[in-house]
Amino acid sequence: MTIVDVRTPDPKRFIPGATGDWEVIVGMEVHAQVLSNAKLFSGASTEFGKPANANVSLVDAAMPGMLPVINEECVRQAVRTGLGLKAQINKRSVFDRKNYFYPDLPQGYQISQFKDPVVGEGKIVISLGPDRQGNFEDIEIGIERLHLEQDAGKSMHDQHPTMSYVDLNRSGVALMEIVSKPDMRSSDEAKAYMTKLRAIVRYLGTCDGNMDEGSMRADVNVSVRRPGEAFGTRCEIKNMNSIRFIGQAIEYEARRQIAILEDGGKIDQETRLFDPNKGETRSMRSKEDAHDYRYFPDPDLLPLEFDDAFVEALKHDLPELPDDKKARYVSELGLSIYDASVLVSEKAIADYFEAVASGRDGKAAANWVINDLLGALNKAGKSIEETPVSPGQLGAILDLIKSEVISGKIAKDLFEIVFSEGGDPAEIVEARGMKQVTDTGAIEKAVDDIIAANPDQVAKVKAKPTLAGWFVGQVMKSTGGKANPQAVQALVKAKLGLED
Amino acid sequence: MTDLTRLTIAEARARLAAKDFTALELTDAYLGAIEAANGALNAYVTVTPEQARKMAVASDARIADGKAGALEGIPLGIKDLFATEGVHTQACSHILDGFKPRYESTVTANLWADGAVMLGKLNMDEFAMGSSNESSYYGPVKNPWRAEGANRDLVPGGSSGGSAAAVAAHLCAGATATDTGGSIRQPAAFTGTVGIKPTYGRCSRWGIVAFASSLDQAGPIARDVRDAAILLKSMASTDAKDTTSVDLPVPDYEQALGGSLKGMKIGIPREYRVDGMPDEIEALWQKGIAWLKDAGAEIVDISLPHTKYALPAYYIVAPAEASSNLARYDGVRYGLRVDGKDIADMYEQTRAEGFGQEVKRRIMIGTYVLSAGYYDAYYLRAQKVRTLIKRDFETAFHAGVDAILTPATPSSAFGIADQELAADPVKMYLNDVFTVTVNMAGLPGIAVPAGLDASGLPLGLQLIGKPFEEETLFKTAYAIEQAAGRFEPKRWW
Repeated sequence: MTIVDVRTPDPKRFIPGATGDWEVIVGMEVHAQVLSNAKLFSGASTEFGKPANANVSLVDAAMPGMLPVINEECVRQAVRTGLGLKAQINKRSVFDRKNYFYPDLPQGYQISQFKDPVVGEGKIVISLGPDRQGNFEDIEIGIERLHLEQDAGKSMHDQHPTMSYVDLNRSGVALMEIVSKPDMRSSDEAKAYMTKLRAIVRYLGTCDGNMDEGSMRADVNVSVRRPGEAFGTRCEIKNMNSIRFIGQAIEYEARRQIAILEDGGKIDQETRLFDPNKGETRSMRSKEDAHDYRYFPDPDLLPLEFDDAFVEALKHDLPELPDDKKARYVSELGLSIYDASVLVSEKAIADYFEAVASGRDGKAAANWVINDLLGALNKAGKSIEETPVSPGQLGAILDLIKSEVISGKIAKDLFEIVFSEGGDPAEIVEARGMKQVTDTGAIEKAVDDIIAANPDQVAKVKAKPTLAGWFVGQVMKSTGGKANPQAVQALVKAKLGLED
Repeated sequence: MTDLTRLTIAEARARLAAKDFTALELTDAYLGAIEAANGALNAYVTVTPEQARKMAVASDARIADGKAGALEGIPLGIKDLFATEGVHTQACSHILDGFKPRYESTVTANLWADGAVMLGKLNMDEFAMGSSNESSYYGPVKNPWRAEGANRDLVPGGSSGGSAAAVAAHLCAGATATDTGGSIRQPAAFTGTVGIKPTYGRCSRWGIVAFASSLDQAGPIARDVRDAAILLKSMASTDAKDTTSVDLPVPDYEQALGGSLKGMKIGIPREYRVDGMPDEIEALWQKGIAWLKDAGAEIVDISLPHTKYALPAYYIVAPAEASSNLARYDGVRYGLRVDGKDIADMYEQTRAEGFGQEVKRRIMIGTYVLSAGYYDAYYLRAQKVRTLIKRDFETAFHAGVDAILTPATPSSAFGIADQELAADPVKMYLNDVFTVTVNMAGLPGIAVPAGLDASGLPLGLQLIGKPFEEETLFKTAYAIEQAAGRFEPKRWW
């Protein structure tokens, strides 16, 4: 395979070394567990968290004479993902055997796709930013391929003093291996790529994207070079299951390689592991120790073939993906690129936003979701899935503002109450007397009282009309914030004899 | 009472239906025969008398109810390669010590669904690798045939040596077998029995211990062509659990037997006249040609130009697949485990002790031909050869040939522990020279007894057919059988 450098070296991404600038090159192989009820080649369940070896069929345990049968739903999920990556869908692909011995690999081989994957070249657009000027930079990262393969089981070395235990629940679960081109040039780009890829599979519903449960893990290939020169020797950092660690590992690995090269050394191609406690990568095995996997087409399985209609049907039912959604939020709802980017960053946030915005002002909904809801969640250390305020509740608050039942200021208090205590916003407003005062008589009296009590300020306001704001503030204070601010403003100006 | 074990399946079927005797009596007759003979022949590695009698009693009940299946009450032997629930299933390997599956292979399940009775599990070459049944962990099977006036023990062929010997010695009415490079047809030829390897995909491979997945096919060994047709009808099926099984209805093969061969074209491939082939084999072939001509067929010379590459290509493809298929026997989950100081040591010790010499040889060949740097030169090339071999047959069939007649083996049965063959595995592999092409092309092939050699040992002819045209093979083989007659070993055991 010829690797093509599609990027122009950009000084703002260079890493300064002792002897000059360096550029880091990153490519990723992401293993994403396919969302499906059954395994790739057996009918066993894929449910997470079951007792050890509860989800094991005769095929998964590689009993003599057992044969794999492809699970069509897994194929559909792979094709959906390929479509989401704007990739070439291969209507004919082949399953191969990757041979090696390990106790959690009962067959002694993993069924994978080597030469002919189900999905070919595609792309992901990542968005970096905003920078200090508030600008975003969109970068296209190439996808080399996506193929289907079996996951291995799990070896447990801490259950017995001298023996290892094997749990085959994961054995045979479908994985999509999504291989990027070496198109990333910083740890930020790598993090953005992983975040975007996770968002895409979550939008598609093809993988749950739960990295802490191991549903998505990445092998990160890192090399460095002088800007514009040929690619250097790469090291592969295995099994990364956190976006933050991916960033740290790339930073560390790039500096490690730069230090070696600047000392006149050379990089050995090897597999490394990241230690999150130390923030370091360490050698796992060198290229010389690499297995000879003896790939060959699995004779138990026919080539995987489907027609255009199969692909078209999946394309037809594809959900709106983050890039399209973002564009729509900007063009149809008039949101800023920043707001739109925040809202589409996670499918759950976008879903939440759309539920709130439905039938309401999009901009107001966006402001409340981004500033109030996400702010409060962030402060409480909660994810959008754990939000105590439902889209219905937030929508009800927006409706109360719109119909001038409460002021914007009271709405903030109301949101806090709903966030911490729950309840129906309209009922809370009613029960706690938070309704906005729109009775002109009552407001007029409050204005008159303030004017009467502050003759000094009244004297000054003639010369300095902006002081009217002070009167408005005092009135709002005396009414407990419940007075309609527009009504207060109008009355203050009228009573003080100020021009509008 | 007549010896019930002398009856063919067709005869036993009719007389069971007529209630001349019971299925239990028939089963007991075979159990008695096994008891008397197995010590000498070693055809069975395990006998299941209790299960057999229970099944026979159930058969009798169904016969009484008028609900008899196609093989109701027929006692069969099962090659040890087929998974039989709760019963010895070890592919005659040490590494599967004590393995009794919780599942039943599709083929055997089909047989039991049709009312057949299981007598026990039959000896075979370890993991079906061999042409003499000498690689079995349970020791060699003796051929019921001996050369006239000699008392030297002969091999029954392999790998389905137990199946062939048991059928020839009347230790079962018929047997299941499997054929990866000739493992049904060669032992059938060595024992004067009929064996058919159907088209790849005709019988489900589910529950059959895998040797080389792209070549393995199950089929029956029987005492005559009709019995083979009856058995295959029950064994064959479409199976969603085997992706390579084919979704085609199973014809009633017995209906194809009899009648003239008029209008049929039989191809005689010139490339099957190999160097050093005994004159007797050539003479037998000519006899076969004459019989088919007499039966009304037209004989045409054909060429299958890539035949000579078939055997070497086979001995790349089959070991390659086997090296991967046998990786699961690692001592972790079932069968033999020899403890070691760590996991790699445990693997090595287990596999060193668990696999016999021939299996190890093939695992090593297979591992070698798949390894980086050799894959293109060996495995990929062998696959290309396979395509060419397939094309040779397609060309012949396209030109109007209905079936191809060849010798089944290059010789009659040889002696057990033959020094010359033991010293040179390639010589042993040459036994498959006429049969491997059929597996490489996925075609059906039948071996039918055609005569005896000068020393009184059986010789067979092979017919090769178009994909899923087993009926043509049965019809043609039946014509040969009618002309050649039947052959029975003289009892010495």
